Amino acid sequence: MKLDSKIPEGPLAEKWTKHKFNQKLVNPANKRKYDIIIVGTGLAGASAAASLAELGYNVKAFCFQDSPRRAHSIAAQGGINAAKNYRNDGDSVYRLFYDTIKGGDYRAREANVYRLAEVSVNIIDQCVAQGVPFAREYGGLLDNRSFGGAQVSRTFYARGQTGQQLLLGAYSALSRQVSTGKVKLYTRSEMLDVVIVDGKARGIVTRNLITGKIESHSAHAVVLASGGYGNVFFLSTNAMGSNVTAAWRAHKKGALFANPCYTQIHPTCIPVSGDHQSKLTLMSESLRNDGRVWVPATKEMAEKLRKGEIKANDIAEADRDYYLERRYPSFGNLVPRDVASRNAKYVCDEGRGVNETGEAVFLDFRDAIKRDSEDVIRARYGNLFDMYQQITGENPYKVPMKIYPAVHYTMGGLWVDYNLMTNVPGLYATGESNFSDHGANRLGASALMQGLADGYFVLPYTIGDYLAGVPATKVETTAPEFQEAEKAVKERINTLLNIKGSKTVDHFHKRLGKIMWDYCGMARTAEGLTKAKAMIKELREEFWKDVKVVGTNEELNMSLEKANRVADFLELGELMVDDALNRNESCGGHFREEYQTPEGEALRDDDNFAYVAAWQYTGDNQPEVLHKEPLAFENVKLTQRSYK
Amino acid sequence: MNLTLNVWRQKNTQDKGGFKSYQVSDVSADMSFLEMMDVLNEKLEVQGEDPIHFDHDCREGICGMCSMYINGKPHGPQQTTTCQLHMRSFKDGETITIEPWRAAAFPVVKDLVVDRSAFDRIIQSGGYVSVNTGGTPDANEIPIPKKIADEAFESAECIGCGACVAACKNASAMLFVSAKVSQLALLPQGQVERKERAEKMVAQMDAEGFGSCTNTGACEAECPKGISLTNIARLNREYLSAKLTSENV
Ligand SMILES: Cc1cc2nc3c(=O)[nH]c(=O)nc-3n(C[C@H](O)[C@H](O)[C@H](O)COP(=O)(O)OP(=O)(O)OC[C@H]3O[C@@H](n4cnc5c(N)ncnc54)[C@H](O)[C@@H]3O)c2cc1C
Ligand code: SF4
Ligand code: FES
Repeated sequence: MKLDSKIPEGPLAEKWTKHKFNQKLVNPANKRKYDIIIVGTGLAGASAAASLAELGYNVKAFCFQDSPRRAHSIAAQGGINAAKNYRNDGDSVYRLFYDTIKGGDYRAREANVYRLAEVSVNIIDQCVAQGVPFAREYGGLLDNRSFGGAQVSRTFYARGQTGQQLLLGAYSALSRQVSTGKVKLYTRSEMLDVVIVDGKARGIVTRNLITGKIESHSAHAVVLASGGYGNVFFLSTNAMGSNVTAAWRAHKKGALFANPCYTQIHPTCIPVSGDHQSKLTLMSESLRNDGRVWVPATKEMAEKLRKGEIKANDIAEADRDYYLERRYPSFGNLVPRDVASRNAKYVCDEGRGVNETGEAVFLDFRDAIKRDSEDVIRARYGNLFDMYQQITGENPYKVPMKIYPAVHYTMGGLWVDYNLMTNVPGLYATGESNFSDHGANRLGASALMQGLADGYFVLPYTIGDYLAGVPATKVETTAPEFQEAEKAVKERINTLLNIKGSKTVDHFHKRLGKIMWDYCGMARTAEGLTKAKAMIKELREEFWKDVKVVGTNEELNMSLEKANRVADFLELGELMVDDALNRNESCGGHFREEYQTPEGEALRDDDNFAYVAAWQYTGDNQPEVLHKEPLAFENVKLTQRSYK
Repeated sequence: MNLTLNVWRQKNTQDKGGFKSYQVSDVSADMSFLEMMDVLNEKLEVQGEDPIHFDHDCREGICGMCSMYINGKPHGPQQTTTCQLHMRSFKDGETITIEPWRAAAFPVVKDLVVDRSAFDRIIQSGGYVSVNTGGTPDANEIPIPKKIADEAFESAECIGCGACVAACKNASAMLFVSAKVSQLALLPQGQVERKERAEKMVAQMDAEGFGSCTNTGACEAECPKGISLTNIARLNREYLSAKLTSENV
């Protein structure tokens, strides 16, 4: 199989413009003859559904929540990047492009990233026109802040609820199209398979989560905007329902899965409090603009702290180790996420962690409050501070927050070409579900940008080019391909319900999560990964022998929903480990302990690993086949990332 | 701590439903309310019993999915979402009564899960600015005074959870509707469709079977996002002025 990324010829800055011009168009009167299925109503899905319906296509939009407005995008806090340069501080499309490529540790495609930076400016215009209430300055113009590792202020935000406001904007555009009849909504519906007819994606099979009915839907193209797979770790900042099922089923039908091992561990989350923990809560990294990260200088002092013999505020300035400021004088607390996370792990591994479990560091606002006043800090982060207090029972205006890294985002995902199409014709992947723009590490505030760029400004162009070459005739859902897919879905559900074992789905999910976190988390080794691979295999076998799923298919059955998802995570986990084992280098969020600089930074191997690893499924329990898409860097020079 | 839970169990919309009592032990104060429910559900599943179904997703107080009526209050004793409620708000030995939202427009789907699609249909009736993708002016072309932008944001914070409806003795959706109408009425982008929007959204609200507003203020008191009654006052003004000058007679 040859991977064709379809990157247009020509100079970087002209590629997208030229490409748009070269796209075939579907005649306006013909658009109504084409049906498009969109799985997911987060930023990527809702924006695409609205935009494609506006163009005249018939859209069917699916989500598993009770309303499209509840997609996981709603939870994004910090902001969205755009190269508006409203601040006159030297930002530009090129700088955003450069920062994203560098931040991704040179493992993303130049052309995609440049396009992302280019359309970023239109996103803000679009959102403002929809009535998204971004933060503003006293003069009435939009406010910006600097965010996670950027040296310019290019992040637009709506207090700590940017994702909510952007999603509600996209949801309103989607709702408008629902009212015109151009979008048909299927809520509480879970896609359980893609249907391929004559080599092209022509539909999906879904389960109605209320009645259990298995249904087929046909279309001329299928778009997956189903989000990321961070919940393979069980504990993550993702919403409880976030899952890999849509992408994984597509993978098993032939779509390549790219860079599965690239996961982002977010440095500022509320630490685990006990075994009952069901998810982790992110504290926006915008907090690092004003909070200072530290641990006690010595292990002994940390021990006293853990035993409650001393309090954080009792520790003298000289006994505090502001380790990020010390190690990275020029970026300080604002180093990229992977660097901040890894350093937190190091100081905790040294025994300097500050909570009972020893897995927490301080994020301290004392100095910022002294400098700017409590009111100023409240205006900036009030809702985050409240949330922290709600969860932990501690007041962060008075005592430093305790934070620890947690799984947050997955850079890997379905392989797509420049048009966002997977290698399966007619099957697209957008937003977090694809692998395209963030390389081995995503910059803060860039996921929202990518989701909306894909949905508002990329897919509406590229999907037309494909559809222009597809006859408008419909495929009936009575076609054998649909019947077979339905049958397979039903069989799997029956199998799950009839195992009637002794352990719950969550039991398996937690065990899988622990394996992934211990061996495929912040720091990885060949030895650990090899061990993990065997452990996952065993766990998967045990799951299919001993899982207990109560209830029936013909009802709202959340155990069954979870079982379906965890079964897929159990397969994905192994692929992630394979990918991490294959990548004998460290880059971005993928840190292999064997490959580091003398200072302990990630050591890339550009000669051997400057490629996208795209994996092909070849059958149950068969090793997947690796395809490599070489990454060519024509515009930026590959350097060792340094934030010193 | 040890607690007794009195939980509403209902197999489906048709089922009559009723309360069932459960004992939970060793509950830690640091658990969230939903984590306490997870632990109970895990136990029920091991025993082969159907777990208690409840809606939840983000567990960060923002998706609006979680919706439990706890001890006679939507989202329980604090002004937060259920997922942000922690067990430190309860005392050892307490009995906690847990029910679904109760409103004719929110039929029970199963146990504590209700159907809130009426809210989506209200938004579909006019809760948007009619702009297509592309061709919009530069975001900084229309300055918006910070005070107005902040006010619009505060209305836009609504998470669509439905606690306002559940809290209201008339099951009115006025707080929800008024929050959206206010947000868009405050912003310059919302002006063109301002009147039509208020009329259409109110009409849809009525059609969905929500009750009328008699200004008891229960909604504001229970809204986890602090959406204020001034939104309702604004909606009333918007609606009245729309009706007075309406072309839809
Ligand atoms: C706590 C938190 C804070 C964040 N903050 C920021 C930030 O400040 N800035 C930033 O840029 N990024 C942030 N991110 C990342 C960003 O929010 C996500 O990457 C992004 O929102 C993903 O959008 P999406 O549209 O791709 O997917 P999602 O929003 O996850 O939507 C997925 C959709 O797919 C549907 N779906 C999934 N599977 C199926 C299926 N099988 N069948 C039917 N439907 C299905 C779901 O119902 C949902 O509608 C944050 C993430 C988290 C967890
Ligand atoms: S107004 Fe408040 S209570 Fe009502 S739906 Fe919105 S957030 Fe929930
Ligand atoms: S689960 Fe999202 S608000 Fe409670």
